[in-house]
Amino acid sequence: MRALIRTRHRAETPRPDPAPSRLAYRLNRLWLSPLVRRLVKQVLPVGLTVAALAVWGTHPAQVERLTGWAEGLRASIEARPEFQVKQMAVTGASPVLADAIRDRLDLDFPVSWFDLDPEAIRADLVRLDAVADVAVALELGGALRVDVTQREPAVVWRRVSGLELLDGTGHRVAFIDRRDGRADLPLVTGTGADRAVPEALALMDAAAPLGDRVVGLTRQGARRWDVVLRDGPVIQLPETGARAALERVLGMDAAMDLLARDIRMVDLRNPARPTLRLGPDAVEYLVTTRAFTEGLRQR
Amino acid sequence: MIELFETQRAMRQMRRAAMQRGLVGIVDLGTSKVTCLVLRFDGDAMPAAEGVGSMAGQAQFRVIGAATTRARGMRHGEIEVMQETERAVRTVVQAAQKMAQERIDHAIVSFSGAAPRSYGLTGEIDLGGREVTEADVAAVLASCDTPDIGPGRTVLHAQPVNFALDYRSGLSDPRGQVGNALTADMHMVSVDQSVVQNILHCIRRSDLELAGLASSAYAAGVSAMVEDEQKIGAACIDMGAGTTGLSIFLRGHMIYADTVRIGGVHVTQDISKGLGIPLTLAERIKTLHGGLMATGRDDRDMIALTAETGDWEHDRREISRSELIGIMRPRVEEILEEVRARLEAAGFDDLPSQKIVLTGGGSQVPGLAGLAARILGQQVRLGRPLRVQGLPQAATGPAFSAAVGLALFAAHPQDECWDFDLGRHRYPARSLRRAFKWFRENW
Repeated sequence: MRALIRTRHRAETPRPDPAPSRLAYRLNRLWLSPLVRRLVKQVLPVGLTVAALAVWGTHPAQVERLTGWAEGLRASIEARPEFQVKQMAVTGASPVLADAIRDRLDLDFPVSWFDLDPEAIRADLVRLDAVADVAVALELGGALRVDVTQREPAVVWRRVSGLELLDGTGHRVAFIDRRDGRADLPLVTGTGADRAVPEALALMDAAAPLGDRVVGLTRQGARRWDVVLRDGPVIQLPETGARAALERVLGMDAAMDLLARDIRMVDLRNPARPTLRLGPDAVEYLVTTRAFTEGLRQR
Repeated sequence: MIELFETQRAMRQMRRAAMQRGLVGIVDLGTSKVTCLVLRFDGDAMPAAEGVGSMAGQAQFRVIGAATTRARGMRHGEIEVMQETERAVRTVVQAAQKMAQERIDHAIVSFSGAAPRSYGLTGEIDLGGREVTEADVAAVLASCDTPDIGPGRTVLHAQPVNFALDYRSGLSDPRGQVGNALTADMHMVSVDQSVVQNILHCIRRSDLELAGLASSAYAAGVSAMVEDEQKIGAACIDMGAGTTGLSIFLRGHMIYADTVRIGGVHVTQDISKGLGIPLTLAERIKTLHGGLMATGRDDRDMIALTAETGDWEHDRREISRSELIGIMRPRVEEILEEVRARLEAAGFDDLPSQKIVLTGGGSQVPGLAGLAARILGQQVRLGRPLRVQGLPQAATGPAFSAAVGLALFAAHPQDECWDFDLGRHRYPARSLRRAFKWFRENW
């Protein structure tokens, strides 16, 4: 008998001869082609993810939130006690220089490790006149260590503008107010004196037998030295071989007591022809003596 | 004959181009079922084990996808309702692709209908005592005189079967031999052009490209017969649903193909009409209880005929198995008689060997071997398709002979001869002259 009530069993029997529709068939084939497959399974998800992130991330509110979050994170890391620098140790510098360094860096401790750049600090400190070299290091335990090598002043240079201390290479170390402040250092004057400090030091060394008669050295025309003596002549030295010339003068002095006489100037600019300029009394004496000897000869 | 040469060559090149890509689909369009196999050609062939031969060439490929479904809209191996057939092809191709996880773009198709007709062709050229070259082989193939195959017919297969050099016949490859006259025997199968065009259209509608066509009678013979049978001479009878194809092989080549347009569907129809039951039930009874040789036991084997007509008496009938055999046997006998008539007409009796191989879905009826032996002669055996690599167990039955044979045909098409270049001088001078004239007039 034909069943009047549709049974469950019959409802579940599959449709006879199922076949994919043209569209389903084509899509299935498309899906099986390797290129499309790779596109959908690899390129598309990555592309979509990137695009979604880009859209989400470029929204101003999100940018702000992200940057705020990043900075908060950074700040929280920087603020950790392990990364705090609490003090600065300056070694090898005089108290004045150490104070100058502290003033110059102007650090408000504690400072985070990440805010300090040792290279930049070093480059800054090297520009100080009194500093020859400096090593800056951040040490574990929260200390900024500054090892300073100071410039040692070697001469005092008197200029029109004032007095300066120069080191052995001619680099300025400091300005000073009074010559008496560093009476132990030799005095040099003249334009370009700083560029010939080593030679000046050598000359001062050679002039040691003169003791404190040496007032100082004067650079003439930025090319040669004059030795200025107290109560004595000015010794003009040549551009080259200045030390030998000076020693020669000292030899003459030892032999003939040259520097104690009434001589205004000992000119050794041409070493082959030493020249003396006499004082007025000496000239008069010389004229008198010469006239006397002339008279004797005429007579 | 030049035209035949060119078309065969084009078909061969099409198939080779498809195989170059490594993946080919095999579609066997039958009357009751459509089978699709996906073949992967990967070149490295030889199995490493010792003592294993080249496996008749099928080691070149591997079946990576197989599917079969009920055919719809087919009748006598020809497309009757295009949309339905197309749906069946889509279903089966999609299922096979799903199994293979690969997309197929080329399909080699076999079909059983279209009234194949065999022709024997002969061609001869004069060599003048030279050595036979490839161009000579091509020339002798091109010189075969084409018979009038009739309007609306087209050539499906054309294969050189035999070469003869002077008085020496039976050469399979005459190249390099010296002689005066080279003769070629060619076997040609023609089919209805409209059927082929329908199949072409159907395949194209399924977004596939047709890479080759074969008659299923030929394909079944390739897979169901062992190599010796093909060499010595044997007939393969492919008992399909709508048609029964027969092909005769000799020396490894098909020399005759024909179809009888009766098949298993007609047996089912007989049962349906004789017992007054629906076709589906008739098919079920046929496959479950069918037979051809009645015994005393069969009188007591009762088969219930269920129906849903509402008539209690009608819905509760029973028949004995011998009744069923009584319905089936005359039809099967008719098929076999018809086959015998065709074989006789083809001169099968003159062949050195009278071996007959029965295959196809219809050959699974119990008792067929005995019945066929009475009608066709004693040398009858049931054939199953050759085992190929990767073929699912479900597709190893005799119903899949044509599909497997088509796969073997794709791997070993036996038509290398069409690759030989025809010497340039063989082109007819008239067409050259015409081309020259055209240039002069239009330039």
